[in-house]
Amino acid sequence: MQLNVTNTVQWMQKANEKMQTNKDYLTTLDQPIGDGDHGINMARGFQEVASKLEETTYTNVSEVFKDVAMTLMSKVGGASGPLFGTAFLKLSMKLKGEELVDQTSFGAALNEAVNGLKQRGKAEEGEKTMVDMWASIAHYFTDNEHSTPAGLMESADAALEKIKAMTATKGRAAYFKEKTIGHQDPGSASTYFIFEALAEVWKGDSKA
Amino acid sequence: MKKIINNPNEVVQDMVQGLVAAYPSKLKVIPETLVIARKDAPVEGKVGLVSGGGSGHEPAHAGYIGKGMLDCAVAGEVFTSPTPDQVFEGIKAADGGKGVFLVIKNYTGDVLNFEMAAELAEAEGIQVEKVIVNDDVAVEDSSFTTGRRGIAGTVLVHKIAGAMAESGASLQEVKRVADKVVANVRSMGMALTSGTVPAAGKPSFQLEDNEMEIGIGIHGEPGIERKHIASADEIATELVERIFTDIDIPKGQEVVVMINGLGATPEMELFILNKKVQNLLKDKGIEVFQTFVGEYMTSLEMAGCSVTLLKVDDELKSLLQAPSEAPAFRN
Repeated sequence: MQLNVTNTVQWMQKANEKMQTNKDYLTTLDQPIGDGDHGINMARGFQEVASKLEETTYTNVSEVFKDVAMTLMSKVGGASGPLFGTAFLKLSMKLKGEELVDQTSFGAALNEAVNGLKQRGKAEEGEKTMVDMWASIAHYFTDNEHSTPAGLMESADAALEKIKAMTATKGRAAYFKEKTIGHQDPGSASTYFIFEALAEVWKGDSKA
Repeated sequence: MKKIINNPNEVVQDMVQGLVAAYPSKLKVIPETLVIARKDAPVEGKVGLVSGGGSGHEPAHAGYIGKGMLDCAVAGEVFTSPTPDQVFEGIKAADGGKGVFLVIKNYTGDVLNFEMAAELAEAEGIQVEKVIVNDDVAVEDSSFTTGRRGIAGTVLVHKIAGAMAESGASLQEVKRVADKVVANVRSMGMALTSGTVPAAGKPSFQLEDNEMEIGIGIHGEPGIERKHIASADEIATELVERIFTDIDIPKGQEVVVMINGLGATPEMELFILNKKVQNLLKDKGIEVFQTFVGEYMTSLEMAGCSVTLLKVDDELKSLLQAPSEAPAFRN
């Protein structure tokens, strides 16, 4: 895989489409355990990301991720804003100065994002939060020599199933403990859509 | 819903403008933000104090801006944390070159957003320290927080850390006294009726006419127990005893008492409550150094109250008595 400014922007535009399409679904996931606004907040945030990227010219991938981070942080709100903001800010920081991002750099940057999320959310893997989804994506890129869009989706699908079966011990959902088994974690679901968007853009772009 | 508002989605913007217009010589709003600051901020050579959080708790937090207390308050939407970019603007507006101190109430959203703002500020070379206030003894974890919640005791943190900063103390010294207040302050509240978030249009929860809820949070988060309404003396006893179960207050210890109204409880009822609280403390051999009765940390038009006790030593007493020019806390 290879990320450049063009396909990174396409990735984020595609992620925005997915947030708009799945807005109600994400909100439905959030209703029993949170304040039921995750889909609305993510859709609003990514809509702003799409507008920002459309009106700005970038020379490297790091700058794109920085604007994604700052926009999500200020427009998503709640706890998701700073968490997704942190993840993209870490990607931006780790990829600073790289013209083209290959699989190795991307994997390393995703690891940084996971560490940032753990620190910000004071969460570890296995606590049924978006950390689990980000970590499994990071593992996919660092553990496989030749990543493919299909391989990424296979790994994301498996992670989603695994997370669904977990018990929440962090975040607001932890208040509901065992009742969360079998209920999908909203933050993991929206993270899944972000990387599903990457797989689709990557699949349609032979250079990526 | 019956409220004196215009557009329910613009209540915070409208309030901020009206607030600054009420104290034009003392307060200013940072353009294009919901950050309210001391007129003379940033104060050169002084640690800047920044607080904030969701709106709906007035006079918190902007009412505590002024010489001797806060430099900036960041207003979020009603019961919603402000975003990191807004808090970052507050930090910049408060930074007089000696570092900035953040007072954060322990709610997941506030902690995440303020900590991220702190990181952005540090990346720009501003030194930031913080305290997380968790004075509410009612519940250990809630739907809004990991650990205990921060409520009216936060106002005493503003006062004491603010006085310390005003004295020219270093960032570390401000942090030290703020930590000391948090270690020694405890609160417990109860409610009779719910507030209504303007954008929601409906009361956040329902209590029957003859019911009260003990330990309820300042966003209407669940407390410990719903039961038949009791007399003021019984309510005072329950709140005070819950605090004494949580923290050891030895005979002869001096304390500060804060009887806080949640928005729709008249001062008459707060004074009735205070009468019993003072008697209970006297019976326990506790010395009351100073008492505050009024609305300090509200929850829209919720009826109810909280009782806060702070154990004080000579240092905290002198910082508490230092002058404050904040509109909602004159000394």
